[in-house]
Amino acid sequence: MAIRGETGEWEVVIGLEVHAQIVSRAKLFSGAATAFGAEPNTQVSFVDAAFPGMLPVINEVCVSQAVRTGLGLEAEINLRSVFDRKNYFYADLPAGYQISQYLQPIVGKGTLTLDMPDGTIKTVGITRLHLEQDAGKSLHDQDPRLSYVDLNRSGIALMEIVSEPDMRTAEEAGLYLKKLRSIMRYLGTCDGNMDEGSMRADVNVSVRKPGAPLGTRCEIKNVNSMRYVQQAIEYESRRQVEIIEGGGTIAQETRLFDSRQSTTRPMRSKEHAHDYRYFPDPDLLPLVLDPEWVEELRRALPELPDTKKARFMREYSLTPYDAGVLVADRETAAYYEAVARGRDGKLVANWVMGELFGRLNKAGKSVSDSPVSAAAVGELVDLVADGTISGRTAKDVFDEMFATGKGARAIVKAKGLTQITDTGAIEAAIDGVIAANAEKFEQVRAGKDALLGWFVGQVMKATGGKANPASVNEMLRKKAKG
Amino acid sequence: MELTDLTIAAARTGLAKRSFSALELADAHIAAAAKARDLNAFITETPERAREMAGRSDARLARGEAGLLEGIPLAIKDLFCTEGVRTTAGSHILEGFVPPYESTVTANLWRAGAVMLGKTNLDEFAMGSSNMTSHFGPVKSPWTRRGDNRPLVPGGSSGGSAAAVAARLALGATGTDTGGSIRQPAAFTGIVGLKPTYGRCSRWGIVAFASSLDQAGAFARTVEDTALMLQSMAGHDPKDSTSFAAPVPDYAAALGRGVKGLKIGIPKEYRLDTMPEDIERLWRQGIDWLTAAGAEAVEISLPHTKYALPAYYIVAPAEASSNLARYDGVRFGLRVEGETLDDMYERTRAAGFGAEVRRRVMIGTYVLSAGYYDAYYLKAQRVRALIARDFTEAFQRVDAILTPTTPSAAFAHGEKTADPVQMYLNDIFTVTVNLAGLPAVSVPAGLSGDGLPLGLHVIGRTFDEETVLGAAKVLEDAAGFVARPY
Amino acid sequence: MALDKATVAHIARLARLRVEDKDLEPMARELDGILAWIEQLNEVDTSGVEPMASVVDARLPRRKDEVIDGGQAEKILANATGAAHGFFTVPKVVE
Ligand SMILES: [Mg+2]
Ligand SMILES: [Zn+2]
Repeated sequence: MAIRGETGEWEVVIGLEVHAQIVSRAKLFSGAATAFGAEPNTQVSFVDAAFPGMLPVINEVCVSQAVRTGLGLEAEINLRSVFDRKNYFYADLPAGYQISQYLQPIVGKGTLTLDMPDGTIKTVGITRLHLEQDAGKSLHDQDPRLSYVDLNRSGIALMEIVSEPDMRTAEEAGLYLKKLRSIMRYLGTCDGNMDEGSMRADVNVSVRKPGAPLGTRCEIKNVNSMRYVQQAIEYESRRQVEIIEGGGTIAQETRLFDSRQSTTRPMRSKEHAHDYRYFPDPDLLPLVLDPEWVEELRRALPELPDTKKARFMREYSLTPYDAGVLVADRETAAYYEAVARGRDGKLVANWVMGELFGRLNKAGKSVSDSPVSAAAVGELVDLVADGTISGRTAKDVFDEMFATGKGARAIVKAKGLTQITDTGAIEAAIDGVIAANAEKFEQVRAGKDALLGWFVGQVMKATGGKANPASVNEMLRKKAKG
Repeated sequence: MELTDLTIAAARTGLAKRSFSALELADAHIAAAAKARDLNAFITETPERAREMAGRSDARLARGEAGLLEGIPLAIKDLFCTEGVRTTAGSHILEGFVPPYESTVTANLWRAGAVMLGKTNLDEFAMGSSNMTSHFGPVKSPWTRRGDNRPLVPGGSSGGSAAAVAARLALGATGTDTGGSIRQPAAFTGIVGLKPTYGRCSRWGIVAFASSLDQAGAFARTVEDTALMLQSMAGHDPKDSTSFAAPVPDYAAALGRGVKGLKIGIPKEYRLDTMPEDIERLWRQGIDWLTAAGAEAVEISLPHTKYALPAYYIVAPAEASSNLARYDGVRFGLRVEGETLDDMYERTRAAGFGAEVRRRVMIGTYVLSAGYYDAYYLKAQRVRALIARDFTEAFQRVDAILTPTTPSAAFAHGEKTADPVQMYLNDIFTVTVNLAGLPAVSVPAGLSGDGLPLGLHVIGRTFDEETVLGAAKVLEDAAGFVARPY
Repeated sequence: MALDKATVAHIARLARLRVEDKDLEPMARELDGILAWIEQLNEVDTSGVEPMASVVDARLPRRKDEVIDGGQAEKILANATGAAHGFFTVPKVVE
């Protein structure tokens, strides 16, 4: 996103730190539940509340989820990683420290590819992924003098996924988040639900003249929707350009996004210079992974979006754009493939992306709660392909299927929508139309092809739309010649 | 013979023979504790709970279902969380804290049938070697110097536990040892103190001081009794990630193994210029006792000994500064209200922590802070590695190491308090063991010139408590220590 | 190396310990004495020595992903000075 300022073009440099909640039943270091929406402090163990003498024991699933995510990001898996304490005082941080990974994270460098709308691909570097605990939740608007603290989230496993400062536009940042979410959802390692806080982004923004060294960055904390991330970047980059062009300098600081005004402002509670005093948590030992175990996880990974996209393009002759849309989410891809297997992939893509998505969108539904199953769509596509119904009719049938959940064949049968394939009946209809419009047909005979379409239409009308337009056309041509 | 004079082993026999009941045994100790309140050994006495537990022990004894410590009345250092019984860590900041859970070690003891007499006094958060830093006041040792009635310290931090066992207020007691907090008070009060290998006893439910050094252990009046206690306390705990996942050996069986054919290391670096003559003499005596029993004394070198204390005074405060961050007035303990959250934190922690704890939190925060981490914390960890390596190398040549437990006998209340470093030097012989995570025991072996107990210190290989106990038994038998505080 | 008042104030702030202004100077002197004693560690050559964080030579044990804890809000809140409607309460925080 080049910004045009008074002094010319500015380049925006964006890096993202995503906190992704790991899909697990229990917390990272305790046996309390992770479910969303429980009554306050009901999913809290004495470990999560940092009672005296409590000790952490790591959840094996959280470890494998982090490794699987790392593998999905084609990242280095560090066979030895270390848990550190990040020390700071805050109301929702009961121990006065967060168990995190600092110098030796579980996952190192990786990459993530963005499918740009113009069909090109952009690669964004992943710096690292580390495991850490979530904090509790403070509510500030319940009482004039007090903040309320709920520790249900305290100790839930997070992956902090840090990107390189490789993005240049708000759009790229949005694509990055979507792609990251897509990969994690394929893997089942994070549900990506930003509304419930299971994915939050810290956005690092700086600006520079093209080709100049990196500028001073500001970190916008805990932005919790894709749209907000983009708005935050747009506001923040303009703010920085204005400051620099006005002769000022950017202070490296932590800022908050104000969603009502779509602006950012400095975070008060982070004003004091932080000194987290990281040191290895003496209650834990280094996490050492068995290389064979990592290989097992690698072998068991599902097909991920990039691979699936390439395969869809190859096997179903899809365009990069269509393939990209279809693989963005695992359920959609599976749905498409269930329909497309053994059928014309392009035709199926049109039905799924055009007809199905359109109707789902209107109904506010997703593929996983579609009233029309993949098998039902396949049946419909087959009816069109074998000429039983016309494409036009099929769209009406789809409406009915969507509304009632009935099968295509059943609807076609009940409503008598089957195309007339009996050539005798079509011929009779054609003859009737020609007889009634003899003069006009003479013109067709004389070579006025444009009129042929009018005759096709008349025949279709006469047959109640049940004739196959292609065969009507062909038979009319024959008559004109003969 | 008074019931309070029994050893744990003798009490077990008496209970098994029904010579007396667990309730009688408990009552004798409850009465003794009530009479000795001037020692201030207990922060909380739990006589009702003791009687109730003893009653249940009697029922189990009658049914022939006695556990290893069935009916044995014990005192518990007030650093172990005990369900439904206030737990203070000797600190004002835990004011009113009643744990809704039981520490693994105490739960293990109760499962073995032991009876809880109460919670013993300690240096605040186990930070001290004198028991002078407790919010609940100093503990008085039951001992006095010959011809001098000034109150003496029992040592620390487990001073209340040591005083209770020495004064016959309990048959045994739990302690924790981070830099010498079991062995030093055991030596000062003329009893046996056993610090097992790091990881042998679970840390779950013990108020943390320095997590990489803290280890629970036992006080009793004989080596055999500490072996019986450890037998019940120890074991793998899946709730502690640093707990040792191996079965607990039969410690009582190891008592008779002696030292014949063993090589006993005598570290030359422990021979301090400032060491009192009676300590020097006791150490030589100990070497003679072991060689007379068939061991071979071998001079060894632990070259980094001198640096153990300064390394400890970085590592322990660093961990403590983080471990004690949870005392913030929010979820338990003291809260001093303030205008803002930070104001509340600062007031609560300033009021709740005593001077020594504040000092260590400050030191710990400083050595971990930006710009000092490498120079202090990482340096100390490197020195720690060298200290551990000294032991590894020594144990390639010897089976156990013999040293004095302390560089002096007990001192009086008020002595050595002006300069914190002077106080820290108390642990000079014990702290190396914590840095290396080794098992060690202090055995009462003689008296100083003014009639105060002195201890000998046996250090063993990692998880080799058996050799340590065997050697300790030899010293105990040879020393025939019978002196009593009164 | 000598600790100054400002450093002591900064450390006290990091540790959330209120130290009265008059106590900063004596505290600086006291801590300085301890640090001076600690600095004898500089006599030790530790080049090439790996820092030792733990004496435990074992694999980090892992727990199964099972919900076996929680559902005890009363116990969690029982020791708190400030609690209301199932929450802990603290002086209001402005973000
Ligand atoms: Mg961050
Ligand atoms: Zn984070």
